Amino acid sequence: MIYADNAATTKASPLVKQVVLDTMDQFWGNPSSLHSSGQAAAEALYQARVDVAACIHAKPEEIYFTSGGSESDNQAITSAAYVGKLRGKHHIITTPIEHHAVLHTVEKLAKEGFEVTYLPIDASGIVKVEDVAAAIRPETALVTVMYANNEIGAIQPIAEIGALCRENKVTFHTDAVQAVGHIPVNVDADHIDMLSLSGHKFHGPKGVGALYVRKGIPLLSFIEGGAQERGRRAGTENLPAILGMAAGLKDTCQHMTDHMAYVSSLRDALIEGLSAIPHAALNGDRSRRLPGNVNFCFEGIEGESLLLLLDDKGVAASSGSACTSGSLDPSHVLLAIGRPHEVAHGSLRLTLDHENTMDDVNHILASVREVVDYLREISPVWRELQKGERNYVIH
Amino acid sequence: MLYTEKVMDHFRNPRNVGEIENADGVGEVGNAKCGDIMKMYLKIEDNIITDVKFETFGCGSAIATSSMATELIKGKSVDEALNLTNQAVVEALDGLPNHKIHCSVLAEEAVRAAIKDYYDKNHIDYDPDKFCNGDCCGCHANEH
Repeated sequence: MIYADNAATTKASPLVKQVVLDTMDQFWGNPSSLHSSGQAAAEALYQARVDVAACIHAKPEEIYFTSGGSESDNQAITSAAYVGKLRGKHHIITTPIEHHAVLHTVEKLAKEGFEVTYLPIDASGIVKVEDVAAAIRPETALVTVMYANNEIGAIQPIAEIGALCRENKVTFHTDAVQAVGHIPVNVDADHIDMLSLSGHKFHGPKGVGALYVRKGIPLLSFIEGGAQERGRRAGTENLPAILGMAAGLKDTCQHMTDHMAYVSSLRDALIEGLSAIPHAALNGDRSRRLPGNVNFCFEGIEGESLLLLLDDKGVAASSGSACTSGSLDPSHVLLAIGRPHEVAHGSLRLTLDHENTMDDVNHILASVREVVDYLREISPVWRELQKGERNYVIH
Repeated sequence: MLYTEKVMDHFRNPRNVGEIENADGVGEVGNAKCGDIMKMYLKIEDNIITDVKFETFGCGSAIATSSMATELIKGKSVDEALNLTNQAVVEALDGLPNHKIHCSVLAEEAVRAAIKDYYDKNHIDYDPDKFCNGDCCGCHANEH
């Protein structure tokens, strides 16, 4: 099986697995306990905080461990909104291409009376800094823009947006779940106030993540109980997962430069090969793009059948078709960058990492070509396109 | 697994795929916007469906239900084919996930649309209320 769905999740690395096991052996004490077993766990937990912080150039006391990216997004955004409200600010700025953990949180806040501005997105999937500038008002409580998009890999101008927010004294949150561990993230240089990250996107365990909150930015607690995470997130810490995540992140960050160059070369070969398929188009910006992300639309076919047949050929991928999203509409991201419904249904996302090889890329290319040809052969839409009874959307 | 062995078999090896030139009845239902379109071609002699072919743009279950529907009506009379229900297609496939039932509805509608076309071409009377208008986004909506 060629695994090309690393944006969905990654396989735990041998190092991470070992750390998780060792933690259960050596640090099973409760970090809140006073005895030496508890204190050993507390020290290990602190070291994990130091390691996670170092990878994003933060301070250990600015890191809050959570259950993952979704919880981090929920807490950061809701907290920033409620804190803003106390100061008479009730306006939130975001994008239409955020992860649902952000979009649904913002929609919930809108129902509570917050006003939301969704920034325009161009065809390449990138937000314009001047649009953020134009949207900021005196009553803006929060700007939340993802670091890099999970579907089309588009990397946003985070440092510029961060500088703008800092200048206007607006809290800036970024969902960096797809970025951390894959491209350099520096909360200082990028002027980030709050940042969400998730352990399983960089070969760590699932069900664990972190929220970075800059010193001086208030953070409200939504899980009440003990004083864990400096009173901002109660509950005995998930030590095996936290230490596993920290080990995975540290390891990934140490190899980031090499991995970026290598994975980008695989990505570029894959993009070049897929571009040769007629009536196929790359989704997302060609250059401001995550190293491992490839996302294409193929006209005349539907994504779920494409995925099932690729799975038969030993390729694990994903799609933004409605059938795979479990809703009536195809991917909100593909619609936001202007792909019409019928084309968005025929999308394919392949997300590579450093464990993939050029042989994998060649196998994927051959498989995709074969499956696309076959599905087009049995597609009435493709027949109509070829007969000129229907107009091509992708030329 | 999302799908039964039967669904995967009909998806991987669909029966009766293709186009019939000079078909006696052609029906197309669904909408590319919704992500599935089925086109059904019928060859009818003496009120018997002697040949049937289909083309489908859609998910795995859309392809599998089209394939199964063609198998269920091949060699049958037009009246028998008109009585094909989506439940019969689902049962023949050993079931479909709940959110995919609309695909079987689409398969039933495709057969009916092709028969309606045959009736229209041959000036045979029928009750228009018995036939789908061909735009089946509503079929999706009903299932959710």
